Amino acid sequence: MVGIVIISHSRTLAEGVAEVARAMGVGKAVVEPAGGDAEGRLGTSIDLVEQAVAAADDGDGVVLLADLGSSVLTAKMLIEDAEGDAVLLADAPLVEGAVAAASMAATGADLTTVHTAAESARDHRKTN
Amino acid sequence: MSTGSMDAGDFAAWIGRTAERVSADAERLTRLDAAIGDGDHGLNLDRGFRAAVEALPGDVPPGKVLIAAGRAIVSKTGGASGPLYGTALRRAGKVFGDAADVDAAALGAALRAALEGVQDLGKAAEGDKTMVDALAPAVAAYEAALADGSDLAGCARAAADAAAKGADDTVPMRARKGRASYLGERSEGHMDPGASSTALVLEALADIAESPDAGGSDAAGEG
Repeated sequence: MVGIVIISHSRTLAEGVAEVARAMGVGKAVVEPAGGDAEGRLGTSIDLVEQAVAAADDGDGVVLLADLGSSVLTAKMLIEDAEGDAVLLADAPLVEGAVAAASMAATGADLTTVHTAAESARDHRKTN
Repeated sequence: MSTGSMDAGDFAAWIGRTAERVSADAERLTRLDAAIGDGDHGLNLDRGFRAAVEALPGDVPPGKVLIAAGRAIVSKTGGASGPLYGTALRRAGKVFGDAADVDAAALGAALRAALEGVQDLGKAAEGDKTMVDALAPAVAAYEAALADGSDLAGCARAAADAAAKGADDTVPMRARKGRASYLGERSEGHMDPGASSTALVLEALADIAESPDAGGSDAAGEG
């Protein structure tokens, strides 16, 4: 199953988004949080993100969701490092993208399909 | 005329000099960042370059020195500057391969690769009020000096001067990247902290290139 990693500046935000996404993934989707820096402060730790990717990956690939700024840059850098490993960053809002990705991943869809589902969350408007 | 060159010891000295300069200016950088960013740039970079100095490997070629420094910076620098400086150093290091000595042309190619790495990652263009506004003119000035026949130290000094001017030129700009971009016109009137720290990095490079003990097998400068 495609895994999902939530990268946020805040440990609690990453854990909260992962909690929501797991619920929407009907308990099947694998969603790993990677929040805060190595000391648990606000920030991003590439080491924590790498650990989360390793934990989420069962061989079918991983979709990354990131909040902003250094989370996004760290995700992109990790993908550059991964060189051929199946890790993709979704260009999507964090919560909506995570929910969309987890919902699709729980169906057993492949990496491209889960990534596309996550990015489709961009188009879900909240008014009109 | 000697074109000058830098060996692994010179690159380690560059990282060390940068760490000193960043440390000395950490409060100023953080103050700049507090105006339009999240107020941690000096602190973060200080931590990152200290880690880079500690991670410097012995007995490896210049390229590996920069790649190791970049990795340490990514791991230890919170904030966007970690991936950006880390990528810059790594892309520069890759240009050198396993070469033991780096001449003026190779250093210019590495600086160009660093700029491209930063732009690949952050998607910033000149005028967005980011480190690119210091790095891009620095690379252009370096290349122009090289074309005019300057030695490595002369090229590096041209780059440092252009970076300092580039940082000054960010003051009136309106930010289009990062937290500052949410502030719209209120981001105007402040120097970009990333451009300012980039100027420090290039100033440190020029200092090392001009120092009497710079140079690998080919002594830099002609006295």
